Amino acid sequence: MKAAVIVFPGSNCDHDAYHVFRHILDVSVDFVWHKEKEVGKYDLILIPGGFSYGDYLRTGAIARFSPVMESVIVEAKKGKPVFGICNGFQILIESGLLPGSLIINEHVRFLSQNVTLEVENSDSMYTKSLMKGQKLTMPIAHKQGNFIADEETLNQIEGEGQVAFRYTDSEDGNPNGSMNRIAGILNNDKNVLGMMPHPERAAESLLGSQDGLQIFTSILGTA
Amino acid sequence: MKAKIYISYKEGILDPQGQTVNHALDSIGIKKIHSVRMGKYIEMEFNGISKDKAGEIADESCRKLLANPNTETYSFEIVEE
Repeated sequence: MKAAVIVFPGSNCDHDAYHVFRHILDVSVDFVWHKEKEVGKYDLILIPGGFSYGDYLRTGAIARFSPVMESVIVEAKKGKPVFGICNGFQILIESGLLPGSLIINEHVRFLSQNVTLEVENSDSMYTKSLMKGQKLTMPIAHKQGNFIADEETLNQIEGEGQVAFRYTDSEDGNPNGSMNRIAGILNNDKNVLGMMPHPERAAESLLGSQDGLQIFTSILGTA
Repeated sequence: MKAKIYISYKEGILDPQGQTVNHALDSIGIKKIHSVRMGKYIEMEFNGISKDKAGEIADESCRKLLANPNTETYSFEIVEE
């Protein structure tokens, strides 16, 4: 197993993700600069959080055209795991690998706080070591994480089991205003996952939560 | 020659920034505004190409990068200076 963490100008959670693979899970991992053209040799591709290209134009809109993304899209369509966190989720949406859109948070503020998630689909490669309804605590840190989709797309996402995680159904449970409290979605083939919360920042007890680690161990099959 | 490009949210798409600006206007005493929608304005300059060609380039730019087809619509005008 060899993982790639893609690095764009402005990525800032790349080292956190690398740390989880290398130092917590003892998995071979490379940083891959966005100008690289080939990621076929990797078994897992992670697109980290941050502010690629300063969030200019729209979050993820410019990173989506980085040279590396062509190969990421090819590998994703072959069924390889491609995992986008926060800005990575925004990039996967812009590249068309995931449906819907992420717009500015309902209350127009940057949100940096812990959230509680509920596992919705526990059958995917990312969630198989979790149980449906299981609650996970991890941070969010974003301004554009308000998930929206047209009715047809939303029905498809819900009908095909593409919702991986939801924010909890409580008064402060859906801080960014996402439709159907959606926090993370899978593509139709369930090999691409995008999520706004940061599991890589909740992967060791020293940081207050290990709940995020279970997503990584699910993908690696080491749970 | 210039393209003046306007990008706005589709009807029905929530615009939290526009709503916030509307509240702010109301709070400073500017009333009777039904709604505020925010968008983007982009200018593109061209040298030595026809007006039709400039329109084609502006349209392709909007389709491929400048607007998000899921949430946004765009329009543009080509003006000679």
